[in-house]
Amino acid sequence: MTSRPLRLVTGIATWLLTVAITLLGLAALTFFIGRILPIDPVLSIVGEKALPEVYDRVYLELGLDKPIWQQFAEYVLKLLRGDFGTSFSTSRPVLTDLISFFPATLELSTIGLLIGVALGVPMGVASAYWHEKWPDHVIRIVGLIGYSVPVFWLGLVGLYVFYYLLDWVSGPGQLDVFYVGVVDRVTGMILIDSALAGEWDIFWNAVSHMTLPALLLGYYSLAYISRMTRSVMLDQLSREYVLTARLKGASEFGVVVGHALRNAAIPLVTVIALSYGGLLEGSVLIETIFSWPGIGNYIYSSLFSADMNAVLGGTLLVGIVFVFLNMLSDVLYRVLDPRSRELAK
Amino acid sequence: MSLDTSLDSKHALRAARLTELRRFARRFLRNPLGVLGLVIVLLLLFTAAFAPLLATHDPYLPTLAARLSAPSAEYWFGADELGRDIYSRLVYGSRLTLLIVGLVIVTSAPIGLVIGAISGTAGGWVDAIFMRITDVFLSIPKLLLALAFVAALGPGIFNAALAITLTAWPPYARLARAEALVIRNADFVNAIRLAGASEARIVFFHIIPMCLSSVIVRMTFDMAGIILTAAGLGFIGLGAQPPLPEWGAMISTGRKFIFDQWWVATIPGAAIFIVSLGFNLLGDALRDLLDPHLRQRN
Amino acid sequence: MSKLVDIENLRIAFRTDEGGWKEAVRGVSFSLGREKLGIVGESGSGKSLTGRALLGVLPSYAKMSADKLSFDGIDLTSASPRLRRSLRGGRMGMILQDPKFSLNPVMRVDEQIIEAIRIGDRRMSRRDATKRAIETLEQVHIREPARVASLYPNELSGGMGQRVMIAMMLVREPDLLIADEPTSALDVTVRTQVMSILDELVTRRGMGLIFISHDLKLVSKFCDRVIVMYAGRIVETIAADRLHEATHPYTQGLLSCMPTVDGPLEPLPILQREASWA
Repeated sequence: MTSRPLRLVTGIATWLLTVAITLLGLAALTFFIGRILPIDPVLSIVGEKALPEVYDRVYLELGLDKPIWQQFAEYVLKLLRGDFGTSFSTSRPVLTDLISFFPATLELSTIGLLIGVALGVPMGVASAYWHEKWPDHVIRIVGLIGYSVPVFWLGLVGLYVFYYLLDWVSGPGQLDVFYVGVVDRVTGMILIDSALAGEWDIFWNAVSHMTLPALLLGYYSLAYISRMTRSVMLDQLSREYVLTARLKGASEFGVVVGHALRNAAIPLVTVIALSYGGLLEGSVLIETIFSWPGIGNYIYSSLFSADMNAVLGGTLLVGIVFVFLNMLSDVLYRVLDPRSRELAK
Repeated sequence: MSLDTSLDSKHALRAARLTELRRFARRFLRNPLGVLGLVIVLLLLFTAAFAPLLATHDPYLPTLAARLSAPSAEYWFGADELGRDIYSRLVYGSRLTLLIVGLVIVTSAPIGLVIGAISGTAGGWVDAIFMRITDVFLSIPKLLLALAFVAALGPGIFNAALAITLTAWPPYARLARAEALVIRNADFVNAIRLAGASEARIVFFHIIPMCLSSVIVRMTFDMAGIILTAAGLGFIGLGAQPPLPEWGAMISTGRKFIFDQWWVATIPGAAIFIVSLGFNLLGDALRDLLDPHLRQRN
Repeated sequence: MSKLVDIENLRIAFRTDEGGWKEAVRGVSFSLGREKLGIVGESGSGKSLTGRALLGVLPSYAKMSADKLSFDGIDLTSASPRLRRSLRGGRMGMILQDPKFSLNPVMRVDEQIIEAIRIGDRRMSRRDATKRAIETLEQVHIREPARVASLYPNELSGGMGQRVMIAMMLVREPDLLIADEPTSALDVTVRTQVMSILDELVTRRGMGLIFISHDLKLVSKFCDRVIVMYAGRIVETIAADRLHEATHPYTQGLLSCMPTVDGPLEPLPILQREASWA
């Protein structure tokens, strides 16, 4: 007879094992793409113009003479040590590059998510509450446009209209040229760093540059979140406990927010956590349009130099974040749902 | 005791199916947005099929004198940086769009369904392995993986389609597996087993057809997503290569001229948007019709 | 005995797929004092809808009309939504069938009862409200009320959950309680417990009770008067102790379907429905 603590430990262990396997699978995929697919994997790492000594060195490093499974094992071990290879275009270890570029993407995506949640959830709730009436239709159309439109194209059009024609926001780039490098890098996130340094001119300049890409990501995010919220809320509002709340004499607001939304929050929070991954992905295209110095841009330029280490390193990083987000949503679900507690006798 | 397989009952079955179809069509037609979606999709198919008849110019012939001309009577949507008519390129580009969507759907859905159905029916370690593999592919950033894949293999429309397929199959696997888990111990399946049906037969003739309505809805939504992903790849330069008139690539080349000749980049993007919207509208309408939970009295 | 509830010609209709209206309740009239009234009928007879119409919680796609629908002299057909809301919980309560579904799964038992209390008296302090909630749990004969108060609904048994539901609806001391199949989801042994609690509370407080059920036997034993509904209409109104004198063939049919210990050893008759009953 297994006791409760033992079952808890085995449960967590199984879950961690699943996560480890997924990460291993991810590494296998990047290994496959980097090592097996290209005709000459060394060339894809060192580039066409490399010197013969560099080529030979990398050849030995990769151990291409060794059997595949051994190469893979070494690859995984290197990853665990933080060695994602070296980017031949920046001549730095890929991990260093990634760490320096990631915060900008993080900053943009997080703001996008915040906009998405702050607007998307109320929209979804309103849509569900006034199901099939005009607010529902309007909100659904707004959302529909959001996930049908190619976000990078919308960014381009947005730049044209709001920057070029109307001059309401700043153009591409994170900051105006003469502000770049002025503020000390603390976190890598320009809003935080400039605020910490008290450089408010720079702060507002960053805001102006960030407005369009952040709004774009926010729109993309709210389209998805409002749709998910609507569907979860519709389900909850049809349940009996909502009727009970009304029978108690609760106000409509109390019923919708205090009861239905509270229940809806459980699956919704996990969905929102997972959608963050989608935002990170979207950043690849958005950053190229707005010349934003983040991971997306890094991967994009690495693509053009055919710098496979960098491309795969970036992909791996985002993949790891995806897995982490999955873990987070698992944990959140457990924590928020009281039904996952044991049944009392 | 023999089963009644007479001609009469076959006719009756066909008549019943026809009424069902007609009722379905009637309900579908009551949804204006769904009809709009259907019209857009049909328009896409029509444009792709009759491209040579609909185009006004040769999509590949550069006419440098007409470089970047604005929309006019001659160039309905204007001309690009090589003087090619954007409208004609758009029309021919619809074929590429359909090609990619078709390739991906035709490969990813069957693969996913089969994997999922086998996984769910077999159970045990087969299920565990397949599910782990599915999980791995599900937790990978789609666009980035496609990007890396195409970067390694080289750009081109077939490589792009292959790359997208790699990440498109898992949802179908999940679908089929869920259905399989529900059905595999149902009485009618046990009855067929007793009659000697192989597991393969059960998978292909019973489980997969049961998923049909969810699969159709999923496919329609997927098509919208595939169009966007393919456009993204094309924008980065990893899809169909020039001079092919792929809509995403057209945006990319037009990007340089966005401020002064906005039509070069804007119009192909509008086309992508409309087509993706069409599939989404259609998918929404189909889902409302096929999912019994959502039927609301109003 | 003054009339607590007075209904005349209540009609409730739903929109059909083809666009027309289908009447589910077709001209129901009855009145209620401070007594126990049972409404018996099969699924689709319209008995639950009648209760919901009284409380004003019909689904939005239903249409209702009545010549008279009043509660304690208040005309409900012309009452504002605000007034109707204030009556709900405070003067009229309703308990539902299955506490697994009718209780909010992510709120603790005490929170749910306290919410009801606070809707009635916004100025009551949290402490007083908690005390009152625990008292109410005692009144429904829940042992260890303080412990149960801290539980979530999924940690309660069916009988306990239903008692929590009763406590929650009675805590503001309403004059009328509608019980919609309150014991149908419970085991037979638990059923008697819950029924006796209902009996005790309703009688002690002099409340009016409308007991909706499909179980004729249960209703006849528990209530003072019985109304039998079929296809949206009332086919019989009779005192509970005179049920065997029922005149309508539907009621007689139901009665003869019930097995008795000392009855004949022949197969029970099958109820034959007549179109004229509808």
